[in-house]
Amino acid sequence: MTYHDIVIIGGGPAGLSAAAAARKAGVQDILILERDSVLGGILNQCIHNGFGLHTFKEELTGPEYAARYIAMVEEEKIPYKLNTIVADISGNREVTYINREEGLVTIQAGAVILAMGCRERPRGALNIPGYRPAGIYSAGTAQRLMNIEGYRVGNEVVILGSGDIGLIMARRMTLEGAKVKVVAELMPYSGGLKRNIVQCLDDYGIPLKLSHTVVQIHGKERLTGVTIAEVDENRAPIPGTEEYYSCDTLLLSVGLIPENELSKGAGISMNRITSGPNVDDKLETDAEGIYACGNVLHVHDLVDFVSQEAALAGTNAAAYVKRTKESVPASEGKGHKVPLAAENGVRYTVPQTLNVDAMQDTVTVRFRVADVYKDRYISVYYDDKRVSKKKKKVLAPGEMEQVVLKKSSFAEYPDLRKITICTEVE
Amino acid sequence: MEVRNLICIGCPMGCPLTVTMDGEKTDVTGNTCPRGADYARKEVLSPTRIVTSSIRVTGGEIARVSVKTKSDIPKSKIFDVMAEIRAQKAEAPVQMGQVLIRDCAGTGVDIIATKTVEVA
Repeated sequence: MTYHDIVIIGGGPAGLSAAAAARKAGVQDILILERDSVLGGILNQCIHNGFGLHTFKEELTGPEYAARYIAMVEEEKIPYKLNTIVADISGNREVTYINREEGLVTIQAGAVILAMGCRERPRGALNIPGYRPAGIYSAGTAQRLMNIEGYRVGNEVVILGSGDIGLIMARRMTLEGAKVKVVAELMPYSGGLKRNIVQCLDDYGIPLKLSHTVVQIHGKERLTGVTIAEVDENRAPIPGTEEYYSCDTLLLSVGLIPENELSKGAGISMNRITSGPNVDDKLETDAEGIYACGNVLHVHDLVDFVSQEAALAGTNAAAYVKRTKESVPASEGKGHKVPLAAENGVRYTVPQTLNVDAMQDTVTVRFRVADVYKDRYISVYYDDKRVSKKKKKVLAPGEMEQVVLKKSSFAEYPDLRKITICTEVE
Repeated sequence: MEVRNLICIGCPMGCPLTVTMDGEKTDVTGNTCPRGADYARKEVLSPTRIVTSSIRVTGGEIARVSVKTKSDIPKSKIFDVMAEIRAQKAEAPVQMGQVLIRDCAGTGVDIIATKTVEVA
């Protein structure tokens, strides 16, 4: 069986950044496996701008951002296989892939980095009544059809869900001459970034109807319209509030789901809230030597943070490979692992555990809140003691938050059992 | 004196900004970086946007090349710029950064490719 030090599953922003970081950390033998015919992942179809302000201090479009990382991988001559789909990963890091040239191949990896990204929640998961006519797309599918394959997609559009891709597509379709009639959002708040509401909806006078959903699909061959109704606090449609919108296209922007079939197949423990693997502060899953980063770990809003997170996974995977090669006993990598608890309005944290002894000087903990909160503190507790609080004017589920934990802050807590991240009114 | 509340679109942070205007004099609060202050001033005095779109490519490995205005253009010119972009065609190969339309719609701003499209 062929062996590679690090095998990276996915050549999107996470995989590319992980590869560049692992090479920088001194690992020569890296292989990226990508199922598409090009590197860059979803960035290739995200032709809008706003990427890279944190990483490159300038505003890039998706393809430009991807090109910077592809250039790093090309310059470092890091090998990659395109049109190659991974079929299976085992808990002891055997990776099985398939492509046209080689057929079915199993290779052994010193370390594996999971960077498979996420996929869109489909219509089938929503239970919208009605026929299944043509003209109903997930927002990302429509984005690909329009921006890469060059189709017009539709003329009169209704968008269900206010996720970022839906908002971006509202503007995109408007610019291409379509009439976007309304964006309906089931929740009482938007699922997307505030800036996208401003520059994609407000700029073009597209109404956003919060607490509304599609209750009926009209049309048999091609979509002819949808019925939208207001929902109550239990998200049930309120009779009498139905409104008919004629349209030939319905875009669904109703959430992203980390694509973790391979991780589950490897027997990795998964997190119910993130739908991604549970990881420690090194981004290592509970399967030794298997790391996770980017949208497969938890869905991000900003690619810049994906790149940062993936670089950390790449560096740590490189350290792991070196350690195993130098036959450092596994016990040296072990230490005092403390669980992170998400409480009172914090839905989850990534990482889920922190190794206080082996951690780097600082660890960034990322999380999302459960609802829209105003004037709340984000607090950190070590056991029962509050060690930090930071006031936030607005917190929203659509915007990922973070706190940075310093290694030095744990010196006074040798017997720490739990770190809690929570929101507090005071 | 006029007060306007804005959401910064400079980056995905989306900082809530408050602009106090006294004629041409503006005072910005709520920003967390200098870009925010710049955006707020521009937005109340003469709003601009970067426009991104795509142009049809013939003979390329994909059917469209993504493009953008090289710098921001007046918000009121967005649809004029789009009309020119939509009428334009390009031939593969196209290099990232290549100018595909010069001085689009009289804005003085070029339209450039944001990806490379090789010949199929």
